[in-house]
Formats: sequence, C-alpha cells, structure tokens
Amino acid sequence: MAKTDIKYLTTQRVEVRQKKYCRFKKMGIKYIDYKDGEFLKKFINDQGKLLPRRLTGNSLKFQRKVATAVKKCRQMAILPYVTDLLK
Amino acid sequence: MSSYELMVIFTPVLSNEEFSAGTKNLKKFITDNAGEIVGEDTWGLKSLAYPIAKKTTGLYYVMEYQAETSLNAKFTIQMNRDESIMRFMITVLDKHAIAYNDRKRRGIKIEKPVPAQKESNQLTEKEA
Repeated sequence: MAKTDIKYLTTQRVEVRQKKYCRFKKMGIKYIDYKDGEFLKKFINDQGKLLPRRLTGNSLKFQRKVATAVKKCRQMAILPYVTDLLK
Repeated sequence: MSSYELMVIFTPVLSNEEFSAGTKNLKKFITDNAGEIVGEDTWGLKSLAYPIAKKTTGLYYVMEYQAETSLNAKFTIQMNRDESIMRFMITVLDKHAIAYNDRKRRGIKIEKPVPAQKESNQLTEKEA
C-alpha cells in the first residue's frame, strides 16, 4: 500500500481558521455613522487606537470610512483620543 | 441644495432656556438664508470623552439641514462668534447617509452588523 495508515491515539486536530469577511459588505451597510460611539468601539483597541485591517477584516473602502468616522467621533468628544479604557 | 449635518456642543453652564434659545437661533440662521431644516435631535447633557475648555460635560445638539454651499462659510463664522458653543462640526451627507438618517428618524430598527467574528477554530476530525 503506498500510503501507510498511521493510526494516532487521539485524532489529529486541524485548526480551520475562519475566513475573514468584511461585515459591511456582508450586511449591506453603506453608511457608518460617526455619532454611534458604541459601534465604533469595535474598531479601536484598548488605548483608543484604530485597529488595522488585518484584525478587523474590513475591506479597504470600509476601513477608510471607519477611520474617518472614528476621527470625527474623536473630534466631537464621543470617543477619546487616547485612554486606557478597559473596553 | 446639498444636505449637511451639524453637530454642536454647548457649554454645560447654559440653562435650559439658553440652550433652547441657542438652538433656536441656529435654526433661524438657516431658515433666514434660504435653507431648510430636515430634522434635529437634542442629546442634551452628556459627559465628554476628554475635557474641552476645562469642562468635562457638554450639551449636544445634532441637526440635519439642506442649504446652499455658500451658507456654511457664513454659518461657521457666526458659530465661532458664539461663546456658548464649545465645538461644532458640519459634515456633508451623501445619499447613503441621508437614507440612514431617514431610516433612523422613522425609527426603523437598523440591524447592527453581525458581531465581530471570533477566531473560532473548529476542530475537524481528520480521518486517519
């Protein structure tokens, strides 16, 4: 037999990483409201800094929209510029 | 006649009448200059994320209006002159933003996007 069957005691665990998707495209959201601080908190880390695309999984177009929305939010003192908020 | 959204933070020391008087003359300014107000929303006293002008709370007021593009320049001058206004921001609304605001005003439940997908690593049985 070409391939020898290797029997393991426990089954081999293959970690399938879930494919990231852009939540805005999937949910069909077109406008990101800068007044909605709670929702924008998902895109900033504990220090209030913007999360990169590879973590948020956003597409380029919506990552930019999120970035401008967060900056407007910070300007109007809904979100802090820098903090150590335990989110 | 493009549509804009104004967000204003008044100083918290204002009493209610002064606050409503302040918002009224904002509206008056727009209606005087051939603009029309689409909708408004007063959030009232809210705590600020960081102190502005040594104050940690502010009276928020949001207004959506349609006006000529030339109106905004005069509007910003007038608001800069007003001491009771700590900070303001005028944003241009595109068609998606207008639709969003309409839906919000009409109270249609806006479904939030699905919660952030976690790195869920399903375990798959790998047949030996």
